[in-house]
Amino acid sequence: MDNQENKKTGITGWIDKRLPVFTFINHNLRDYPTPKNLNYFWNFGSLAGITLVIMIVTGILLAMQYTANTDIAFDSVERIMRDVNNGWLLRYIHMNGASMFFIIVYIHIFRGLYYGSYKYPREILWMLGVVILLLMMATAFMGYVLPWGQMSFWGATVITNLFSAFPVIGDYIVTFLWGGFSVDNPTLSRFFVLHYLLPFAIVGVVALHLVALHQFGSNNPTGVDVKSSGDTIPFHPYYTVKDYFGLGVFLIVYAALVFFAPNFLGHPDNYIPANPLQTPAHIVPEWYFLPFYAILRAVPDKLTGVLLMFAAVLVLFLLPWLDKHKVRSATFRPFYKQFYWLFFINAIVLGWVGAMPAEGVYVLIARIASVYYFSFFLIIMPLLSRFEKVGELPSSISAAVLSKKFDKDINESYAK
Amino acid sequence: MKELNTNTKNKPSPIDEEKRDFLFITTAGLAIAGGGAFAWSMIDTMNPSKDVLALSTTEVDLSPLEEGQSLTVMWRGKPIFIRHRSESEISSADNVSVDDLPHKETDESRVKNPKWLVVVGVCSHLGCVPLGQKVGDSKGEYGGWFCPCHGSHYDTSGRIRKGPAPLNLEIPPYEFVSDDIIRIG
Repeated sequence: MDNQENKKTGITGWIDKRLPVFTFINHNLRDYPTPKNLNYFWNFGSLAGITLVIMIVTGILLAMQYTANTDIAFDSVERIMRDVNNGWLLRYIHMNGASMFFIIVYIHIFRGLYYGSYKYPREILWMLGVVILLLMMATAFMGYVLPWGQMSFWGATVITNLFSAFPVIGDYIVTFLWGGFSVDNPTLSRFFVLHYLLPFAIVGVVALHLVALHQFGSNNPTGVDVKSSGDTIPFHPYYTVKDYFGLGVFLIVYAALVFFAPNFLGHPDNYIPANPLQTPAHIVPEWYFLPFYAILRAVPDKLTGVLLMFAAVLVLFLLPWLDKHKVRSATFRPFYKQFYWLFFINAIVLGWVGAMPAEGVYVLIARIASVYYFSFFLIIMPLLSRFEKVGELPSSISAAVLSKKFDKDINESYAK
Repeated sequence: MKELNTNTKNKPSPIDEEKRDFLFITTAGLAIAGGGAFAWSMIDTMNPSKDVLALSTTEVDLSPLEEGQSLTVMWRGKPIFIRHRSESEISSADNVSVDDLPHKETDESRVKNPKWLVVVGVCSHLGCVPLGQKVGDSKGEYGGWFCPCHGSHYDTSGRIRKGPAPLNLEIPPYEFVSDDIIRIG
């Protein structure tokens, strides 16, 4: 294809010779050879990218209307809801977009976990993904503070106070984060600046994520490497169409949330202006932080709880070295598959228990679930890497595809 | 189309070009319409909001204003110049040949009551606020207003007489609610 590209004439050819944008697009979005057996779980990467764009566009428009000052921040958000043309739509898209973004990214992560997408040679690709997750968490947290409602204020207070757990330097860190002696105007204005800045940092890491992805191409449901051009199909039109279709389904779900249940995932308390003298009776973070919040509360010691909560995310960085099993896809790993689904259920249990009051049986459940969370990564994965026996893998992607009877019939008919 | 029915399970259907075109055009058409509607509603958020539009009328009581005095009020974030004109100011505005003016407007067409001149105090050149409202301000060569930015002279009817400005000072929409009160906007 290279030669053909260089022979292009006309304006595109002239530009392409000097700035190879068209060659670049062709290589990465058109001819780009992609495994032919990708299932719908491979839609979530492009969906995440599109959601990031939606969040940045709506965020820039919101920033034009929002005022980061403790005296008027709450009112400026209410003004967006009542006075700005389609302001309610703008804000609800952005607000629910955060939830959709996390749903997509969590599915994307669980996909990688199931099909072993973090293994050689995609370790850095995976780690860049974890960096994106951390940046997203920071951005989402600071964004939630901006409306300056009760949940904003007390969420900011609780999360920043996590850092006070560190001995000696803890209090200094917290004072530094606040820019004062409590969550107040300096905190709000710096959170606003960082909330605007970090998404662009995410865009940068996403670019690196894509460079790393295109180095070896996508993993696939069999986890078997691409062995010949017969195992791949060009990205366009096969996966552009598949991504478009997935986008359509995704937008239906997203729009349903925005138009019919815009506050379903939020907390009513955040429509009460921030009051530094009164903590709401039941304070919980947004749903996407609940599993980590549950781990924090499961530990009776403050510092250990905080460290374990951070470790719950950071342990993902070590995944490529914790799971050294040669087989990537859980499809061919009978034991890993079961522990994986248990881990999946466990994560949902952690999320559920994180939303419950921290007392009685919930504490016990949170503790058991937290132990399993870390055991999965630190004990089960290394042990399975050593001892799990697997059957014979398909010799290639094509062989795996052809082994299905239906596809076989179709292919035979094409051969005729 | 008709051939399709004769296909057995094992034979792939021939490509039906018409059907593909139809699907492609309807899909693309719907995507463009939806994308356009979304894009417009997002862009529209940058247009004046309801609270801004709500500020678009101002009532002014003219009774404290003596002959020869001026008053500046705010309307849509811009200064409105109101001048209680003296007889000599009115006649000097009236006695100009319209053909000699850069922007041909009679004084009559610019006032509702000749005693009161109401203009938007923004120079039609590049948006500065002309001098002439305060005692001691330069009123320019024609006794009206003088824009210090690029030297435009306006007469006692707010018309451009000399300098780079292309148009007369704009007349805002207003009406007399009573003899002494006007509502601008």
